[in-house]
Amino acid sequence: MNWLTNYVRPRLRALVERRRVEVPENLWHPCPACERMIFHRDLDANRRVCPHCDHHFRVGADFRFRELFGETWEVLELPRVAVDPLRFRDLKRYTDRLRDAQSRCGTHDAVAAAAGELAGLPVVVAVMDFAFMGGSMGRAVGEAIVTAAREAVRRRAAFVVFTASGGARMQEGMFSLVQMARTTAAVQEVKEAGLPYVVVLTDPTTGGVTASFAMLGDVHIAEPGALIGFAGRRVIEQTIRERLPDGFQTAEYLREHGMVDMVVHRFELPATLARVLDLLMRPRAAAAAEPTAGDEGPAALPPPAPEQDLEALDEAADD
Amino acid sequence: MLDFEKPIVELEGKVRELRQLMENNAELDLADEIERLEQRAARLLAQTYARLTPWQKTQVARHPDRPHTGDYVAALIEDFTPLAGDRLYGEDPAMIGGLGRFRGRSVVVLGQEKGRETEDRVRHNFGMARPEGYRKAQRLMRLAERFGLPVLTFVDTPGAHPGVGAEERGQAEAIARTIETCLDLRVPVVATVVGEGGSGGAIAIATADRVLMLEHAVYSVISPEGCAAILWRDAEKAPEAAGALRLTAQDLHGFGLVDEIVEEPLGGAHRAPQTTIARVGDAIARHLEELTEIPGEELRAARRRRFLAMGTAS
Repeated sequence: MNWLTNYVRPRLRALVERRRVEVPENLWHPCPACERMIFHRDLDANRRVCPHCDHHFRVGADFRFRELFGETWEVLELPRVAVDPLRFRDLKRYTDRLRDAQSRCGTHDAVAAAAGELAGLPVVVAVMDFAFMGGSMGRAVGEAIVTAAREAVRRRAAFVVFTASGGARMQEGMFSLVQMARTTAAVQEVKEAGLPYVVVLTDPTTGGVTASFAMLGDVHIAEPGALIGFAGRRVIEQTIRERLPDGFQTAEYLREHGMVDMVVHRFELPATLARVLDLLMRPRAAAAAEPTAGDEGPAALPPPAPEQDLEALDEAADD
Repeated sequence: MLDFEKPIVELEGKVRELRQLMENNAELDLADEIERLEQRAARLLAQTYARLTPWQKTQVARHPDRPHTGDYVAALIEDFTPLAGDRLYGEDPAMIGGLGRFRGRSVVVLGQEKGRETEDRVRHNFGMARPEGYRKAQRLMRLAERFGLPVLTFVDTPGAHPGVGAEERGQAEAIARTIETCLDLRVPVVATVVGEGGSGGAIAIATADRVLMLEHAVYSVISPEGCAAILWRDAEKAPEAAGALRLTAQDLHGFGLVDEIVEEPLGGAHRAPQTTIARVGDAIARHLEELTEIPGEELRAARRRRFLAMGTAS
């Protein structure tokens, strides 16, 4: 790019790397994509997007709430569910894994939800945390999505879900699989109430979460570079025994294949969400009443007469 | 033949040999010996099948001679009229379906077919449906609703197909939308897990008013092999994983996730396919009888309530 990025940064990086042992490790973060070191304050100031390569770091629920709601929001109380229905044990007890995750993340399970206002519109947001057991969906996650969806209906609010999940939580067996049906039923209630349901797919969203509520939004927004898919890469490689195409299962790839509406940079996300919700929830707002002059597109054209329409159809049929 | 069936099959083989001997040699009287062996074989069979481990059940559920969806359709559905294609992209032989008459009543029937001979199995993709299969299922369910026909599904799949094309054409969306369609229908939906209920690919067509399961069928969030590879980091631990996952009909019925277990003939469905199919038919008919009494809107609301409440009680 320029002298600064090409020369000074690598030198600085080299310096930093040599001295890494002396630096408290949480002050500098390596970018998982470009591997350059980023000072934590720079990373936060840049909304946890790599200033070098634009890689979007995974973020937690509080970050999302702050981004969307600014100063004030109301954290929703999520019901506790009975844990470990199967008394599952692999190399470790499931209850131990759960306790580890709880103490590491400081949360009860992989979803947090809050209600607030975005551009003056009531919104309920549920955020999945990949750091909590890979964002896997068990009963607690299902319960959280159901609770948040119903809260949206109760408040006549839009429902926005930030997905991040490796899929179903195996340790809960079939109890986890039926959450696919549960969460689907929950978002149906939101839709039937005439409220918008918007999914923001973040890195990574795979398996049973993708194959249920994550793919049923009225609008699908994805963060750049996010991994989104159904089956895992390794499973697919084993099945087809060939290399996967470049960019396979990325947000951009999914947009190209018609599965997401837009890939939106984190800087633009609050404004984009606000615009989408405003358009859906305030169909007669002042801004939409008077189209601005010079507006291009079909809206600026006079509506064709019905007869012309039919003729055009006939002509098309002759082709 | 499954490993744990070997001693039984050996005994049965011996009985056949002795009978042959007797036929060829009129003076020889082996009747007592034959009867003794037959009793032993029957006892062994009963004992073995009375305490199959979850991993053994997984093997029985995958047994190549076990009746498949196509066999149920052939035996239970008159005037079966297969319908093809999702009207969007293609036809998927892993998901078979169509119109037909079940005990006099028009129905839409659908389910995964694994295929039997090698060539056939490849054609049916071993029962692993692609997005087209799920979209075809949605289409047939909508058709059923338009004409007020009940939907009968037969679940038998290792899972939805994992592949590049399947991902590109939205495997996840196809499954999600199929679950949504199941929840949306104003006609009765009865699902029967007849063999392997493999994860999202299975629940896509099993979000039903009634979910029945054959005695030795399995239904799981992930295959025991897959689970073992991830959590034990060793696919060889599949037998342990099968136990931990609680994937048997008995466990799932106990959890309230399955409504009824259909008993299999002694020694498993593969030993007496027609008896098995007839029992499944009777069970479906019984549930259908109850469900057809309920108005469509009520059915739909009850189905949604049921799944919203499912898996919450411990």
